[in-house]
Amino acid sequence: MIIRGRAWKFGDDVDTDAIIPARYLNTSDPAELAGHCLEDADPDFPKEVKPGEIIVAGKNFGCGSSREHAPLAIKAAGVGAVVATSFARIFYRNAFNIGLPIFESPEAAERIRKDDQIKIDPDHGRIYNLTLNEEYQATAIPSFMQELLAAGGLINYVRQKVKNGV
Amino acid sequence: MGMTITEKILAAHAGRNEVQPGELINARIDLALANDITAPVAIREFNRIGVEQVFDRNRIALVPDHFTPNKDIKSAEQARTMREFARRFGITHYFEVGRMGIEHCLLPQEGLVLPGDLVIGADSHTCTYGALGAFATGVGSTDLAAAMATGEVWLRVPETIKVIVNGTDWNKWVGGKDLILYLIGKIGVDGALYKAIEFTGETISALSMDGRLTMANMAIEAGAKNGIFAPDEKTRAYLERRARRPYKFYSSDEEACYCEVYEFDLGDIEPQVAFPHLPENTRPLSEVGTVSIDQAVIGSCTNGRIEDLRAAAQVLRGRKVNSNVRLIIIPGTQEIYLQALTEGLIEVFIEAGAAVSTPTCGPCLGGHMGILAKGEKAVSTTNRNFVGRMGHPESEIYLSNPAVAAASAILGRLAGPEEVK
Repeated sequence: MIIRGRAWKFGDDVDTDAIIPARYLNTSDPAELAGHCLEDADPDFPKEVKPGEIIVAGKNFGCGSSREHAPLAIKAAGVGAVVATSFARIFYRNAFNIGLPIFESPEAAERIRKDDQIKIDPDHGRIYNLTLNEEYQATAIPSFMQELLAAGGLINYVRQKVKNGV
Repeated sequence: MGMTITEKILAAHAGRNEVQPGELINARIDLALANDITAPVAIREFNRIGVEQVFDRNRIALVPDHFTPNKDIKSAEQARTMREFARRFGITHYFEVGRMGIEHCLLPQEGLVLPGDLVIGADSHTCTYGALGAFATGVGSTDLAAAMATGEVWLRVPETIKVIVNGTDWNKWVGGKDLILYLIGKIGVDGALYKAIEFTGETISALSMDGRLTMANMAIEAGAKNGIFAPDEKTRAYLERRARRPYKFYSSDEEACYCEVYEFDLGDIEPQVAFPHLPENTRPLSEVGTVSIDQAVIGSCTNGRIEDLRAAAQVLRGRKVNSNVRLIIIPGTQEIYLQALTEGLIEVFIEAGAAVSTPTCGPCLGGHMGILAKGEKAVSTTNRNFVGRMGHPESEIYLSNPAVAAASAILGRLAGPEEVK
C-alpha cells in the first residue's frame, strides 16, 4: 500500500519523552495518547496532523524510554510513516511489533523539507519527494521483520505460531 | 573463532555453538520484567495471543514502581491491572508497595538476575543487569507480551564495543556515574546504537558492584542494546546470599572481535555533570560555572543504592540544605531504606532538611514526588535530562553523582563536595 502525505520536520535525538511525555502515561488509550503526541517538540503537531502525514527526523529518533506508548501515540495520531536518519533500537523494534511503518534514509531525512509532499512505496523502500521531484532509497528491512510486517505485527505472528503448535 | 561474553550468552540461549553479529536469533529468556506503566499494554497484547497460561510463572517479575504509591486514579487503575494479572497467573515475583523497590535496584538485590542469564524487560534500563555478567536489554510491551506467552524473544546479535578504563588512582568523589557520563560525553547518545558495550580494565575490576550497576544502567543512554561486565569475585561475593539457582560465568575470548575499542585513563576523569538536554552534554565539574538550582534529587535505578546514599550522607552530615533548594532522597528499595536507617543515614538526611521518600521512580520521569515548574533547575542523580523529563518543558536537569548532588543542595548551585566547608 502506497503511503502519501505532507511532511512534518523534526531534528536529531527526538526522545520518547518528547514523543509522549510521562505525565500522560497514566493511560494507554491510543486516542488519548495521540492528543499529546510530540506536543513538547511542536505544540501544533497533535492539533494539526492529518491522517497519512509523514514525520521526517534526524538521527536516533525515539531514543530514551522503552515506552510503546510512543509509537502507539504516533500511529493513533494517524501518521502514515516515520522517516529518519536512524532510529533508537527499542523504538525500532516497537514500531515493527505494532505495525507502524518506519524507514531509515539519511538522504531523505536531509533533503525533505517541512510541508513537502511525500509518497512512499513500502515494498521497495522507495521514498518520493513530489515537491522537489526527487527519489530516495530506504535501508532494506531484514527478512524476518518483513515476515512480522506481513503477519500484521508480532502478536499476530506469535498467535499463528501458537496455533500451529510451533 | 573467538566470541564475546554477549555472543556466548546469546548463543547458549539460542541453542547454538556460535552466533555472529548481525544475525537474527530466537532466544530463550531466563526472566521477563514489566512495571506499572509497561505491563498494562503488555497484558492487553498478551490477552490477544490466546494462550491459557504464562510460559513460567516463576520467571516473570512485575514491579509497581513508576507511578506508585499510586499518584492518581488512572495510575491506580494501571497498578490494579498488573496486580490482577499477577494474581490470575500466580506470578511469584510480584512486589507490592511496602515490599518493593525500583525494579533495577530490586531484581539484583533479590537474586532474580544472575550471571549468564538472558533477561528482557519492558523498561529501557533493564540493561542494568549487565553489571552481573548477564545479557539484559530493554524491549517494548508487545515484545514482553510475546515473551510471557512463549518464553522466547527475537534478537539481532549486536556488535560489541570494548571500553577499557585504566588506572586505580581514584579521585575520592569519582564513581561509576562519572565513568559512564564521561563515556557518553565522548561517544554521544547514539555512539553505541544497536551495539553491546563491554566494560573492562583495571578501573572496572576495582569498581564496586553498586558502581558497576550504575554504569551498566546508563548503557542505553549511549544507545546501546546492552552493557556488560565480566563477572568476577566481586560478583560472586554480591550473589552469595542472594542467588537461589545456579548461574554461569562467561568471559570474552582473547580473539573475540570488537567493532570499536575505546581506552580511557581514570586519572583524566573528574566528577561529571551532564547539562540540559542530553546526557552527552557532559562537562567536568571544574568547568560547570555558576548554575543555581531549585531542586536536588538523589535516588533512581541509576543511583539509589546504599553506596550512593552513603556518599550523599558523607557530604550532608552536620550540614543544612540551602534555603532555596528542595532536596529529595529516594532509597532504591525497602532493604536499602532499612540499611540506610540502621546506618544512621536517614537521620543525617532529615536533620539536613531533606525529604526522604519510599522507593519510587517518581521524579526521574516527571511522574510525581518532585515535579519541576517552568524555569526551575534541578541537579539529579537520575539518568535522563531530556526536555520536560522532570516536569515543565522549560525546566532543566543537570545529571551528576550523589556527592555532587548533595554538595549542590547545600550550596544552592552546582558544586563539588570539596567546596562544602
